[in-house]
Amino acid sequence: MRLEAVGLGKTFGDGVEALRGVSLTLAEGEFVSLVGPSGCGKSTLLRILAGLSEPSAGAVLIDGQPAPALLGRIGYMPQRDLLMQWRTTVENAAVGLELAGVGRREARERARAQLPRFGLAGFEASRPSALSGGMRQRAALLRTFLAGRDVLLLDEPFGSLDALTREAMREWLLGVWEADRKTILLVTHDVEEAVFLSDRVYVMSGRPGGVRAEVQIALPRPRALELTDAPAFAELRAQLLGPLRAQARAELGAA
Amino acid sequence: MSAPRLALALGGRLEPRPRAALHSRAALARVAPPLAFGVLVVAAWWGYVAISGVSESVLPSPGRVARALVRDRSVLVSGAWTTLSEILIGYAIAAFVGVAIAAAVSSARVLERAVYPWLVATQMVPIPAIAPVVILWTGFDIRPRVIVIALVSFFPVVVNTIDGLRATDPELVGLLRTLGARRWEVFRIARLPSALPYVFSGLRVAAAFAVIGAVVAEWAGASSGLGYLVLSYSSQTATSDVFAAVVVLAVIGVALFALVGVGERIAIPWWALEE
Repeated sequence: MRLEAVGLGKTFGDGVEALRGVSLTLAEGEFVSLVGPSGCGKSTLLRILAGLSEPSAGAVLIDGQPAPALLGRIGYMPQRDLLMQWRTTVENAAVGLELAGVGRREARERARAQLPRFGLAGFEASRPSALSGGMRQRAALLRTFLAGRDVLLLDEPFGSLDALTREAMREWLLGVWEADRKTILLVTHDVEEAVFLSDRVYVMSGRPGGVRAEVQIALPRPRALELTDAPAFAELRAQLLGPLRAQARAELGAA
Repeated sequence: MSAPRLALALGGRLEPRPRAALHSRAALARVAPPLAFGVLVVAAWWGYVAISGVSESVLPSPGRVARALVRDRSVLVSGAWTTLSEILIGYAIAAFVGVAIAAAVSSARVLERAVYPWLVATQMVPIPAIAPVVILWTGFDIRPRVIVIALVSFFPVVVNTIDGLRATDPELVGLLRTLGARRWEVFRIARLPSALPYVFSGLRVAAAFAVIGAVVAEWAGASSGLGYLVLSYSSQTATSDVFAAVVVLAVIGVALFALVGVGERIAIPWWALEE
């Protein structure tokens, strides 16, 4: 499944223009990141791609065809884990399967089978409040993966985690992705994270949000954390940071 | 000595205290201060009555109230039974109808917007004031009392439940919709569970209201029940007997309140965990 955004614009009811002329492409099995400062409309863009919000301009295409009803076809993981405290880990992870019509027992069985791979073994009956921040994010990721969509939109999945956990989670996520080869669009404000994970990175700028640059990440796979020390990695990071820094300076200068 | 305890003892350590003992100590620590305060209040009351020489028909001593409790026990028990059954029926009706109406009203945004302010406004109507009218409509049996109790307990349940259904995290609703959830699935999976703590706080308020409603409804016209007994004893200036009836009413109220707490623990264990 190939997901495309063509000239997307979004203006809210109060006249705030969040996005203007955003075009991007996700090829099947590709890992793409979207980097930009907070408030550049990244989350708005994801909500449109997930079908939760209507664009004011432009269109979303699936395999080249206009897709009016996106809701329920694209996997979406919001910034907050949104785990339900009245459900255990397994019950939270299985909710997508249940909604897809899989019987409750089977849905939970399938979720349970994936727990070790998501680093949640032994926590199947725990409530979200008993899980660490990293575990909560992995549980939310498992919920997203189990729903079985081909394209997954991840909104800063590691944003709330400490630096060490975040690094470990990146490597882990790559492992999961390499096994399943889902198409992933990951939103982040962390350039290093984007370079390490992605095949391609879009750089966004804010007010109104738009795509400033597109950078191909031609680093070999599979990748390990040590890759971040390589000169090629530093070069790509600098290439992405350049426009972002210029933007941040301009914003401060304008204020 | 069991094997693990023996191992601990040999290792130079013995479990300091079994878990149960710890628990009962903690419970004692929690119960002791309010219990002591209660005793203090009763003692002060008793002391005041003894020292001031106030007439028994104005303020009976706790001892006289206790004696009245024993003396009137058969009347009080049958009165309590009447009042309790009124309360339980009226309260149960309020709980079920309240939650059902809240769910129906909040199923459509327009309906909610149209009805909610009226529900809040009706909460301002002093239901006890319409008790005589209800009696006029239904007669002198248990029915008007059940209706008045149901009416006074209904509003806190409805309004709290609607608030709870409204308070559902909109992002969670969005997420479930991306997972393919239809409206009633969103209701079942997210809205209802996240409303439950609100439902229970409504039920708590309603429990207190139900007891007040029962007394007022009996005052408006009844020939049995604890409220009726309060009225008839006070017309005879049998003040210690009035106090005895009030004590039984308070016990019913506290018991109902505690019962809601137990129900809450069973229905939403995750809520207690969260606090």
